[in-house]
Amino acid sequence: MMPELGKYAGVVLSSYAVSIGLIAVLVGASILRARKVRAELERIEERIKRGD
Amino acid sequence: MSIWEYANPVKFIRTTDKILPWVSIAAVVCLVGGLVWGFFFTPADYRQGSTVKIFYLHVPSALMAINAWMMMLVASLIWIVRRHHVSALAARAAAPVGAVMTLIALATGALWGQPMWGTWWAWDPRLTSFLILFLFYLGYMALWSAIENDDTAADLTSILCLVGSVFALLSRYAVNFWNQGLHQGASMSLDAEENVADVFWYPALVCIAGFVLLFIALVFLRTQTEIRARRARALLARERAA
Amino acid sequence: MIALLTRDLRLAVRAGGGFGLGLAFFLIVTVLVPFGVGPETALLTKIAPGILWIGALLACLLSLDRILALDWEDGSLDLLATAPLPMEGIVTIKALAHWITTGLPLVLAAPALGVLLSLPTEGYLWLVVSLAVGTPALSVIGTFGAALTVGLKRGGLLMSLLVLPMYVPTLIFGAEVARRGAEGLTVQTPLLMLAGISFGALALLPFASAGVLRVNLR
Repeated sequence: MMPELGKYAGVVLSSYAVSIGLIAVLVGASILRARKVRAELERIEERIKRGD
Repeated sequence: MSIWEYANPVKFIRTTDKILPWVSIAAVVCLVGGLVWGFFFTPADYRQGSTVKIFYLHVPSALMAINAWMMMLVASLIWIVRRHHVSALAARAAAPVGAVMTLIALATGALWGQPMWGTWWAWDPRLTSFLILFLFYLGYMALWSAIENDDTAADLTSILCLVGSVFALLSRYAVNFWNQGLHQGASMSLDAEENVADVFWYPALVCIAGFVLLFIALVFLRTQTEIRARRARALLARERAA
Repeated sequence: MIALLTRDLRLAVRAGGGFGLGLAFFLIVTVLVPFGVGPETALLTKIAPGILWIGALLACLLSLDRILALDWEDGSLDLLATAPLPMEGIVTIKALAHWITTGLPLVLAAPALGVLLSLPTEGYLWLVVSLAVGTPALSVIGTFGAALTVGLKRGGLLMSLLVLPMYVPTLIFGAEVARRGAEGLTVQTPLLMLAGISFGALALLPFASAGVLRVNLR
């Protein structure tokens, strides 16, 4: 299944690894922060509603 | 809801919530499809060998690096003219995505250059202007996070984005001028899509679509996050004031 | 406006710092370079124009936060904002004062430092010309950076990060003029580009700086 990459296998594979890694970090960080902020906002809104 | 005077942000979140899953799925499909197609099912170029496969990452990320800045520029203009909060927050949300795209373009460019030019880094005009673009992204993000007041930060960063665009463009041409003649043919096939064979072109097109969709999905998600974070701050401030 | 200019100049001279510090910094950078790269005359001759330009740029950068920060702290900036002078005029004068206290001494001192780096004889004229044409752009761009970060407590580092990328075109064309001058080549194209950047920055950036300052004073 693995294609023949010849003598450039190292750079090709590492460039895929680096790029996919960076994208994964970016997506992961975005999703994590989205979850955190959403939860925090809900908590605050809940508290304010109860306070009223 | 209207007490927060953020009618538009609410609408924005409601609309994007509906679109976001579809865009994300499309982005994943295009990215996985395009990259798998490019990586496993295309032949190696007769001249560049298998390094041609790097372009499925390099070209889309480089495109998005520039387009992200353009989007920030437009969003900043909208903020300055219309004072539309979502716009400023969208510009803020796009900046890290653009910076990562620039980083990917730089990294893959360096990895490609190693076997092709025999060096990790050449002061090629194109590479150099991307490095400068990356610096502009860093400065922009640093300014956002340095200022506490949201509106002040939005104003200052959008002006910075405008001025920075002019200087980034200027640097692009200055850099061209600066290194002209040192190694002329260095950027040979970086954007020669016209003479790229269809075997390479179609998967590249799918990858570009994937990167565009990924960018849209990320900007939607991150803008929602910024809106929520801002609202949480506003609520806390209101609570403290009361 | 002239009153403001003389006030700024007088303050810079009385407080010391202004003139002396930038020049001393320029001198030290230039002196340090041979320690870093070795004392070979041929090598120094080759890199002298670039080193002098980078030294001048850094010396400019170092003194940028003085443009507005002091006035911000003691509140005179708020007073100036309420004065009948337009904000654009204020920032232009501020940039001019910065250039007179920092840029101009650098231009005048550059030939002396050129001797230290064994700059070829043909290079002196164009080095001075390029600095004279380019440093106003550095001052104007720097004023924009200073206006952006004026309200921040530790704005110095951030300002460097913002300002330095914008210095790239000026540095490229300025150093190119100096290098070509030193090698006896024709300097017209980069000199015209450099002048274009300076005049363009001088014409347009005060509006951006003034806008930013208004936001910061809000």
